[in-house]
Amino acid sequence: MHELSIASAIVATVERHAGGRPVVTVNVSIGRLRQVVPDSLQFCFGMVARDSVCEHARLQIEIIPAVLRCAACEHEWTIDEPPFRCPACASGNVAAIRGEELGVDSIEIEEMSGEMSEATNGHKEDACIAPR
Amino acid sequence: MHRTKVKVLEGVLDANDTIAQANRADFDRAGVTVVNLMSSPGAGKTTLLETVLGSLEGVRVGVLEGDVQGTQDAERIAAVHTRTGGHVPVAQINTDPGFGGECHLDANMVRSALPSLPLADLDLLVIENVGNLVCPAEFRIGEDVRVMVSSVTEGEDKPFKYPLMFRACELVLVNKIDLLPHLDFDLEEFLANLDDVNPGVEHMLVSAKTGEGLDAWRDWLVRAATREPAAV
Repeated sequence: MHELSIASAIVATVERHAGGRPVVTVNVSIGRLRQVVPDSLQFCFGMVARDSVCEHARLQIEIIPAVLRCAACEHEWTIDEPPFRCPACASGNVAAIRGEELGVDSIEIEEMSGEMSEATNGHKEDACIAPR
Repeated sequence: MHRTKVKVLEGVLDANDTIAQANRADFDRAGVTVVNLMSSPGAGKTTLLETVLGSLEGVRVGVLEGDVQGTQDAERIAAVHTRTGGHVPVAQINTDPGFGGECHLDANMVRSALPSLPLADLDLLVIENVGNLVCPAEFRIGEDVRVMVSSVTEGEDKPFKYPLMFRACELVLVNKIDLLPHLDFDLEEFLANLDDVNPGVEHMLVSAKTGEGLDAWRDWLVRAATREPAAV
C-alpha cells in the first residue's frame, strides 16, 4: 500500500503550490509502468487530504501509456505487458521513454473574484476550468 | 469566485529522491557501497546474508534491517561472527512506530538510521528492505545497486506480476533451489519470464540451506564492495 505514501507526497506537493487557497482539482500523471493502483490512490488521497487545502479537491489521474525505445535499432513502440524486448530486432537493450511518470502536473484553485491570483511557488496560467 | 490553474510539474517522489541523493553523498564520502536487498516476505533475504556476511574476504560489511515490526532479523545478523572474531554491525528500522507502518523503506527512514551505523568503518552496507514485491521498488534510498531474491516456492509467473521490482534490480538470486524436486516450479519458464521482463539481467541459482551457489553470491558482494561508485 505505497499509495498512502504517494497520496501524502501529492498533498505535500500541492500544499507548497496552493498558497493556502482551497484546491478544486489536482491533476496527476501516472505512467503505466508504475505499480500504482488508481482506486487505491483515490482512496488514500481522500484520507490524507482531510484538513489540508486538498480537503475538497478531486484527484484527476491521467494514465500515461508505456513507450519503449530500442537502443540498438531505435524502434519505438507502446507496450502493455512484457516482453520488454524490441519487436523489430529482438534486442533487450531497451529503455522506457514514457510510462514511468509519477508527477503532479497542475492544480486548479478556487479564488475570490478580483483577488490577485499569484501562486506562491507556481506559474500562473489563464483561468480555466477543464471540462471533465 | 473563479478558478485559476497553476502549473506544478513536480515529481511526486522528488522529496524522497532529494533525500536519497543526500544519503548517497554520505555513502560516497564514507566510501561505502550500498546494496538495497528486496524480496517478498520469507524469500530468504536474511538467511542469504547470515550465510555469507561472516566470510567476505577483505570487506567490512554492515547491515541495516527494515521491518514493519520486530528485531528478529537484526538479532540474527548481530549473531554472525566474522573471520576475525568480530561481529557485523547492524541497525534496525521499524516502520511501525513513527513511519506509519509503511510496507517499504524510503530515503528519510534510511537517513534517520545512518547515525546508528559506523559508516566510516564500512566498505559495504546491505540494506534489507521490508519484505514486499511492490512498494520498495518505487522508493530510492540512496543505494548503488538493487538486488532481489525470488524463491522457487513463489511461482514462475512472478516477473510478469511484479515487473517494476524485477526490472529495478541488477541481480536476481533464485533461492531455495534445494526444493525444486518437490515443486511443480518450472525453472526454465521462470528464467524465460525473467529475461522477458529484464532482458540480460544477471541471476544466480542458490540455496541458503544447502550452500549451493553461495560462493558466487559471496564473490558478487566482494566485487560490489570494491567497484567504483556509479554516477548519482
